[in-house]
Amino acid sequence: MWQLFHKLGSPKWFYGIASRLMPWLLWTGVALFMAGIIWGLAFAPPDYLQGNSYRIIFIHVPSAFLAQSVYIMMAVAALVTLVWRMKLADVFVKSAAPVGALLTFLALFTGAVWGKPTWGTWWIWDARLTSMLILLFLYFGAIALGSAIADEKSSARAVAVLVLVGVVNIPIIKYSVEWWNTLHQPATFKLTEKPSMPADMWVPLLMAVLGLYLLFGWLACLRMQTEILVREGRTRWVKELVRPGGNA
Amino acid sequence: MNSEGPNRPAGRRDSAGILAAMKAVMLGDLKSSFRQPRDLVNPLLFFVLVVMLFPLGVSPEVAFLQQAGAGILWVAALLSVLLSLDHLFRHDFDDGTLEQLVLQPQPLFLLVLAKSMAHWVLTGLPLVLLTPLLGVMVHLEGNSIAVLCLTLLIGTPVLSLIGAIGAALTLGLRSAGVLLSLMIIPLYIPVLIFGTGTVMAAGEAAPVTGQLALMGAFLVLALTLAPFASAAALRISLSNA
Repeated sequence: MWQLFHKLGSPKWFYGIASRLMPWLLWTGVALFMAGIIWGLAFAPPDYLQGNSYRIIFIHVPSAFLAQSVYIMMAVAALVTLVWRMKLADVFVKSAAPVGALLTFLALFTGAVWGKPTWGTWWIWDARLTSMLILLFLYFGAIALGSAIADEKSSARAVAVLVLVGVVNIPIIKYSVEWWNTLHQPATFKLTEKPSMPADMWVPLLMAVLGLYLLFGWLACLRMQTEILVREGRTRWVKELVRPGGNA
Repeated sequence: MNSEGPNRPAGRRDSAGILAAMKAVMLGDLKSSFRQPRDLVNPLLFFVLVVMLFPLGVSPEVAFLQQAGAGILWVAALLSVLLSLDHLFRHDFDDGTLEQLVLQPQPLFLLVLAKSMAHWVLTGLPLVLLTPLLGVMVHLEGNSIAVLCLTLLIGTPVLSLIGAIGAALTLGLRSAGVLLSLMIIPLYIPVLIFGTGTVMAAGEAAPVTGQLALMGAFLVLALTLAPFASAAALRISLSNA
């Protein structure tokens, strides 16, 4: 157990593991995501009320899912950074934050596109929309703070504190805006209940969600590898790795 | 803290020492601010100016101001607390007092709590005292003004406490101002929502005790958790400098 823990802290070990893991993550992710999207967009039955415009959920729901879980993953990594000073955890926080911001933006954007024909407006100050917008700014704040502090260690720990403060606030923000004003429908998937839509709709949706998780894993690995190469540029294994003709 | 050396007085005297240190920090901050009244007055002037912009910029009609007044005052108070945050640790950081605070035997988070409270006395409390006057100017009714003052009284300490985290995180940085706002405003939103929501409810003669209790819960949560985060952030910023 402790050995694994120490190994996890070693950038070199992670680099190797990630290289082996990434093809699997990428191709399974692409397959699942594309299958879900194609099934959802082309073959799933249209909604009885919304017609075909509902089909955007096959992109909207996965990105909204990811946008929130990426922040939680970042918070866990931030805790690890602060408690055990593990370098890799910080590498993850730095690499995942822009991806999370992008996914949050995607969720907001697709939501707006869907809202126009359905609610008749691009934007509304509704609880879900507002809290997602705040989440976007939490991501921006973490990215901005991280890039403002030059020293690598202090930057890591400062961002970790900010991310953790944010995660304490997320439930508060969520409920405060929910009591304030709401129009958005409740969550699409709940772990405890059977989905309220037919299997032809929720199976492709689930596939798209899982596929996007895997794709995020791939992208996170890729970005972490890049970050590791930048940070460990002076170590011997990186020099050997990037030397022309060198093979790790 | 738990290193009980032979020279450390135990038990009651220890806690008395903590209180004395907190008092000293707080009084020191208050005194040094009163000797530089500029820092005290500027956030208040800013508060009044921002409130003034709304009747001039949007509409001076009584109906609009009655509707929006509570929100305007809350937003202006929030911004003026935000602007004053930079001073919270900056002077002590520049002259090295902050490093001495970190070296004290008393736990840092309690000293940070004392500093946040001093900041509230210097910015939040004057805002609350100024609110009735501005409330009359935006045509709020007496009951609404009273509730508004109450929400600001509970809410502004929360703003100071959360803001202290941001101030501590951006301490050594050059362009701290915008970064501070970017980080802290999202965290201020729940306080703002409940602050204005309470006054709206009071305007419709609805009961407000529930919302006030929730704001009180925010205050308790911020009092108990925020100083730890600020203390951790301070240590990081000092190790960076």
